Amino acid sequence: MPEYSWPEQGKRRLMGTRISRLDGGEKASGRAKYTSDLNKPDMLFSAVLTSPHAHAKVVSVDTSAAKAMKGVTGIRVVSGPGTEIQWAGTEIAFVAAASEEIARDAARAIKVQYDPMPHLVKEENLAAAGVRAKAAGEAITGDPDQAFKDADVVSEGSYGIPVLTHCCLEPHGQVSQWAGDKIEMWPSTQNVSGIGGDLSKNLELPATGVHVHMDHVGGGFGSKFNSDRWGIEGTRLSKESGGKPVKVFLDRATELTIAGVRPSAFGRIKVGAKRDGTITAWQSETWASGGFGGGGSPPLPYVFTTIPNQRKNHSAVSLNAGGARAWRAPNHQQACYLTDCAIEDLAAKLRMDPLDVFMKNADVTPRADVYRLQLKQAADLMDWKKKWHARGDSGSGPIKKGLGLAIHTWGGGGHASNAITRISPDGSVEIELGSQDLGTGTRTAIAIVAAETLGLPLNAVKVKIGDNAYPPSGGSGGSTTIGGVSVSTRKATVNALDKLLDAVAPSMGLPKEQLEAVDGKIQQKGNAAKNLTWKAACAKLGAKTISETGVNDPKNPGGLMSAGVGGCQMAEVSVDTETGIVKMVKSVAVQDVGTLVNLKTAESQIFGGCIMGVCGALMEERIMDQQTGRVLNADMEFYKLAGIGDIGEIVVKINTEPQFDKRGVIGLGEPASIGLLAAICNAVANAIGVRVPNAPMTPERVLAALERRNA
Amino acid sequence: MQPFEYANPTTVKEAVGLLGNKWDEAAVLAGGTDLISLMKDYVYSPKRLVNIKNIKELGGIRADKAGLRIGAAATIDELAESPLVAKNFPSLAQAARGVTSPQIRNMGTVGGDLCQRPRCWYYRDGQGLLASPGGRSLVTNGENKYHAILGNGGPAKFVSASSLGPALIALGATLTLQSSSGSRKVAADKFFVTPSAEGSREIALLPNELLTEILVPMGGTKNATYEVRQKEALDWPLATASVALKMSGSTVSSARVVLGHVAPMPWAATQADQFLAGKSLTEAVAEDAAKAALSNATPLSQNAYKVQLARVAVKRALMAAAGARG
Ligand SMILES: Cc1cc2nc3c(=O)[nH]c(=O)nc-3n(C[C@H](O)[C@H](O)[C@H](O)COP(=O)(O)OP(=O)(O)OC[C@H]3O[C@@H](n4cnc5c(N)ncnc54)[C@H](O)[C@@H]3O)c2cc1C
Repeated sequence: MPEYSWPEQGKRRLMGTRISRLDGGEKASGRAKYTSDLNKPDMLFSAVLTSPHAHAKVVSVDTSAAKAMKGVTGIRVVSGPGTEIQWAGTEIAFVAAASEEIARDAARAIKVQYDPMPHLVKEENLAAAGVRAKAAGEAITGDPDQAFKDADVVSEGSYGIPVLTHCCLEPHGQVSQWAGDKIEMWPSTQNVSGIGGDLSKNLELPATGVHVHMDHVGGGFGSKFNSDRWGIEGTRLSKESGGKPVKVFLDRATELTIAGVRPSAFGRIKVGAKRDGTITAWQSETWASGGFGGGGSPPLPYVFTTIPNQRKNHSAVSLNAGGARAWRAPNHQQACYLTDCAIEDLAAKLRMDPLDVFMKNADVTPRADVYRLQLKQAADLMDWKKKWHARGDSGSGPIKKGLGLAIHTWGGGGHASNAITRISPDGSVEIELGSQDLGTGTRTAIAIVAAETLGLPLNAVKVKIGDNAYPPSGGSGGSTTIGGVSVSTRKATVNALDKLLDAVAPSMGLPKEQLEAVDGKIQQKGNAAKNLTWKAACAKLGAKTISETGVNDPKNPGGLMSAGVGGCQMAEVSVDTETGIVKMVKSVAVQDVGTLVNLKTAESQIFGGCIMGVCGALMEERIMDQQTGRVLNADMEFYKLAGIGDIGEIVVKINTEPQFDKRGVIGLGEPASIGLLAAICNAVANAIGVRVPNAPMTPERVLAALERRNA
Repeated sequence: MQPFEYANPTTVKEAVGLLGNKWDEAAVLAGGTDLISLMKDYVYSPKRLVNIKNIKELGGIRADKAGLRIGAAATIDELAESPLVAKNFPSLAQAARGVTSPQIRNMGTVGGDLCQRPRCWYYRDGQGLLASPGGRSLVTNGENKYHAILGNGGPAKFVSASSLGPALIALGATLTLQSSSGSRKVAADKFFVTPSAEGSREIALLPNELLTEILVPMGGTKNATYEVRQKEALDWPLATASVALKMSGSTVSSARVVLGHVAPMPWAATQADQFLAGKSLTEAVAEDAAKAALSNATPLSQNAYKVQLARVAVKRALMAAAGARG
């Protein structure tokens, strides 16, 4: 069997170095075509009419005026009379028309009568949720009552983070065309190999009936796996139009209202400890909502999983609001916030540096050595010991600085993935996978692995992804892509190289075991003088192209990939105590990624994760109106996201020490986005001397906390 | 977006001839950064758009004996970058620079900034300018953290969105409004009004009028604007203060303090003006002036924090003006 394992750490030419993404120029110049940029000849546009009510029965739907409008080609009612609507924004009808403007005007011309019903759209106050809150039942470990009695110090507090949306820059949607017995689909998806099957199932067609194409996707964050109602109805409208392509893309307001949310999390948390900072007891009473289905169950206590005595209660609140979808590291940001803020408060009560408290309690985490190392590395990069002051001891001026930290974990094992590597007699190399590049650099990573394996420069390898005619590869969720595609690409390429060596060995008069591919040549191991150029070697194939497959079987990773990482993130903020405005000064992220494939895009992932942390900590929240039941900030104006000037300095360290490197490739998109939110909020508490219970740390919340402190 | 007619005049005369007597007949299209989004959201659907970007006489910024003349179609970026403005009216330059995102400064015009509609989220969601369907205020009973803390006793609870308005009022600017039957001049502090009925506007401009020019007298004031903003990027101030001080020696002989984003119109804080007259400006005086400026504040259920922010804006604007060259 060929040898698949990664080249030794010191012997890698490309892997782990800093390589710019292959499609960077295309994207930065605007040449890259996202699906929402696609306009096909003869294409129709579809718009969706949504419910203005959060909870209502549809009484009647009258499409006659809309149908009569010039340019309207089809209307499909999806929530007809009798339907009970459970959130504002629920799709009522899809209209297809010759232009987007006509489609939108026509959607508004549909007359719908509703019978409004009572709704609940806010969950911050658990008592107000009444029967809409469902308790999961108490979970007890050890003897929490006794442990709290015995504790030297007990710290108790309230914490909360609101519902966020994914706010993908490219909204959800697709172009689809019903062409005879086949559907051509150009979705904006995280799931090139899987979305076709989802669509065909909904349309009761054979799974092979949908051909999916996608070059670039403008963000998904966990919300773009399925064909969705707009995919299904857009395709049906195409069929009804006699097979014209139909484009449906949600407008910004609909995108933020129904295309997925990250559940909230609120709770009262009590932590007991010995005088030296050893945590002995945990109690949490938490609740969360991700929409009508309830949802959101943060794993508590986060990372510090084996605190010996625990009592936990959690309720899921059902709201009349758009539903949850996976959101970069589902449940982890919430759990990290609830846990690490509670521990920071404990440290403040003990008058201890939280860095020491985290160090001390590393033993109740699943990877004590990793966290201790990362805490130390992050502290060095932050200059923590020099800058840290006890909570609130931040000088006399109105501007206060503070430090905060958090630690996190994620799985990140690679998904099932199949790849084909082709080596042609002219020396060209192609890799095919039914994968997708979410902007994470997947294309580039595949090219790196293949080029590394063949001893070729990066540009000698052509990567073909974004088509479900290629070998199936998993959806990009849960940081599973890099592990999946690296391993399948490695195996396919090693297999292909093996076949090439079979072909050239006789003419070089050497057994193939003595040959290797380096520096654009096939040469004798230990005797570089005896070689064939890559081109000359491939010419030996005659008329035959090598085409070899490689498979990543998640159950049998063969040492090439694994799962389970730790990470530590720290924040330094400055707070204007007269205005309550928090500014980022610096963030530090130390992350375990196993074997590093591309330093540059790995760092980019961590920058992006940190930026999402800044947004969540300081400004981002969905704001619901209990009167109208509607999202008030379904736009990019009051749904606030950070810009360049709001982010501060971000310092990233990726763990490449041998103990990390030897584990194989592990995904990092999710963990990168977990800890900083809590770290920033902890830094605010450290700066101003009081906990601001609920994120985001907006001026009104910070000022209210300061007022409580001063009272 | 409802279908509309598009007119592209090249002279003011032609343009005003294309305007109507009701707001839904015609709308002036300048940079379109506000108007187009209202149309796309079906909040406002005028039957005709009159593009003014091709009218040369509406552009440019220049100075003459009367003062600084700003064409209504001059962009916010031109205002922010103008050395004339920076030298004489730092307050105006600061307000212009504050308007977030280079794209909006490049497209948005000074006239458009003054005539833009409120950003109240109920209004933008189609619940009406006063957000009182069925006579019950959604603002009072709902989410009002960005709403008015002053001048909110009537049905209007939104805040005036213009950042340039407060600076121009403090500097004593005059606006020229032109219709097909002639032109009139309106002092900047009379241009903004608080509407009391659905369907009326927040400015004294009539549907058949075009704002053509803004004249800022060379007043020899020390002036400054301070904005309290949560974000650097693509965001609105939570409160602003523009101040203009006439000094005699180190004493304030007269002051104009105007708050932005705290009331349905730019808010002339006359209590602060009175308090400051005759005082020499210290931090303590600035703080007391700030308190005076907000003494009539009537915050809603969620926006008491804006009282504090507005105070800080006044104090910091005054201190900045004191440090600025007159
Ligand atoms: C994200 C975001 C952030 C922003 N932040 C700020 C901010 O911090 N401070 C701030 O002040 N503004 C801010 N703005 C608003 C921006 O300044 C305005 O949209 C812009 O100034 C409007 O100018 P315009 O030329 O594009 O006007 P248009 O959109 O063309 O017109 C706006 C209105 O004014 C009318 N109008 C325009 N010119 C004339 C004229 N000469 N005579 C009569 N009527 C006229 C139009 O009919 C229309 O009703 C922000 C906007 C956005 C989208």
